[in-house]
Amino acid sequence: MTHIHYRQIEGRSLGYYALLALLGALVAAGLAAAWYMEHNGHWVTGMSNQIVWGTPHVFAVFLIVAASGALNAASVAAVFGRAPYKPLARLSGLLAIALLAGGLAVLVLDLGRPDRLIVAMTHYNFKSIFAWNIFLYTGFIALVVVYLWMMLERRLNAYSRPVGVFAFAWRLVLTTGTGSIFGFLVARQAYDAAVLAPLFIAMSLSFGGAIFILVLLAACRGTGRPLGDELLRRLKNLQGVFVLAVLYFVAVHHLTNLYLAERQGVERFLLLDGGVYTRTFWIGQVLIGSVLPLLIFFTARAGARALIAFGCVLVLLGGLAQMYVFLIGGQAWPMPLFPGKEVSSGFGDGAIAAYSPSLPEVLLGAGGIGIALALVALALKALPFLPESLADTDDDPHHKTGAA
Amino acid sequence: MNRRDVLGLGAAAVTATLLAPGLRLIELARARAPEEAATGRRRWGLLIDASKCGDCDACVTACRDENGWDGHGRPATDAQWIRKVTLTDRQTGHVQALPLMCQHCADPPCVDVCPTGASFKRADGIVLVDKHICIGCRYCMMACPYQARSFVHEDVTNQKHHAPRGKGTVESCTLCVHRVDAGGIPACVEACGKNGNKAMVFGDLKDGQSEIARRLARASSLQIRPDLNLNTGVRYQNI
Repeated sequence: MTHIHYRQIEGRSLGYYALLALLGALVAAGLAAAWYMEHNGHWVTGMSNQIVWGTPHVFAVFLIVAASGALNAASVAAVFGRAPYKPLARLSGLLAIALLAGGLAVLVLDLGRPDRLIVAMTHYNFKSIFAWNIFLYTGFIALVVVYLWMMLERRLNAYSRPVGVFAFAWRLVLTTGTGSIFGFLVARQAYDAAVLAPLFIAMSLSFGGAIFILVLLAACRGTGRPLGDELLRRLKNLQGVFVLAVLYFVAVHHLTNLYLAERQGVERFLLLDGGVYTRTFWIGQVLIGSVLPLLIFFTARAGARALIAFGCVLVLLGGLAQMYVFLIGGQAWPMPLFPGKEVSSGFGDGAIAAYSPSLPEVLLGAGGIGIALALVALALKALPFLPESLADTDDDPHHKTGAA
Repeated sequence: MNRRDVLGLGAAAVTATLLAPGLRLIELARARAPEEAATGRRRWGLLIDASKCGDCDACVTACRDENGWDGHGRPATDAQWIRKVTLTDRQTGHVQALPLMCQHCADPPCVDVCPTGASFKRADGIVLVDKHICIGCRYCMMACPYQARSFVHEDVTNQKHHAPRGKGTVESCTLCVHRVDAGGIPACVEACGKNGNKAMVFGDLKDGQSEIARRLARASSLQIRPDLNLNTGVRYQNI
């Protein structure tokens, strides 16, 4: 595949417009939800003074983490020089920007004062990992835009590799920063761990990879472009490894906590008797999000596309479940103010905090997904991100017919 | 009442009249002029004697009245700058109550994590939120070990001019900075002394002659979550 031909998607079919309409509706619903929350104040959501970050943050962190992982394909091509991934690099970069934009939109729209976004751009406290992340996120978008430009502009192609390597390094730092938002929270027993940084990197590889495979399958199917079995086999196997990596770091995190007497309470809560959080962990995160996809990715043939796509959907559902348990469950567990004492107050001290997601929160989060996918759909029509063919060998008609 | 008593009372009245302005002057002299910056030569703090704290909530009521954070009857989302916490020892069943508020740490995690610098610590140790640059991200609430901060979840009415609040921003105990800067003491401490059990002392931790410093030097005290090494400005005794 020495000469890769890229072409915009046609974007005139009924299906394309239906997709845009659906995504547009999602975005509109998200914006309406944000307006409703800001107009009334956050008391209309499920969030409280105990659960200060709610469902919008589940979606926002999920999307932001997935964004850096969506750059996988480009990184494998640029950093590790794997030729089969090279044709995927443009789509990979596009998806990374779109997912980050969607996640950041949710994060900003959930602020108490989203109108003060400019303040976040003009006032910085450089001891805050949050402030660092503002630079890491905007820098990532700028960097990937440059990377895409180098790839799209023939004269600049030669520079795309070093920029790609730099983007790879940046994305690792970025996800370290995202994980450290929680890792640096000394007071909360569910967080406060250095392992959260690599855990978040593993999560990004897995969630971003799953979204990438799904978008790739959908785009190739929707535009009738061939997609080779060999390429898909590589992608699904890699995806399986990423799912395993997440499980590994999750296990390390929990095992470390279980070893510490002071943290056995929070572990018991999350893993054993935490009700909805325990169920979401074991059924959502572990069974649906990890075990089933692993079975699928390591047993399915590359031709079984529906099954592979299903596995990716399971990874994403499991990822959302994981974010929910981590974020909401982690906050629901009370902070240890007086070890050895039962604590109670009119402000939730010593008690498991109650939380149930409200409709506006879910809509705002889904709106972020809408923003990300709408950006991808529009960009695919505007610029040549997608190769004309991703067949294993372009002259092999078998792969073409098989993929159409 | 004989003549001697009348003379005695008269003398006392005259003495009080003569001395009172002087005492008031001392208070004023200790107060900071509005144009003078807060200074690191002082560190304001509280000492709470848990053995004296009973089941009254004079401090909470006084704070609410002083700073106008009366809620909407929704405990999960209403602000609480100070709250009464009940502790029951798991082994012995011994029950205690104490007030909990912003601990005005020397190394406050809320200030560390705030992306815009809206969370800040004054030179004299009082930890505050600049309502003008708080964007309402709530990261400080995630970081505070004492759950001392509240998010303003809905519209606020009847604000006090000395304690501005704003929907969508975070707030917490200000140590009644408006009173302290005028040479006074926090409303909670005043109420505890008048209507409560005299369990709270306010003062300058750096002034060896202050009551708070002397009492802290005399008997053992503790910080909540001392393991975090935050060097809190609020100290407790007899927990």
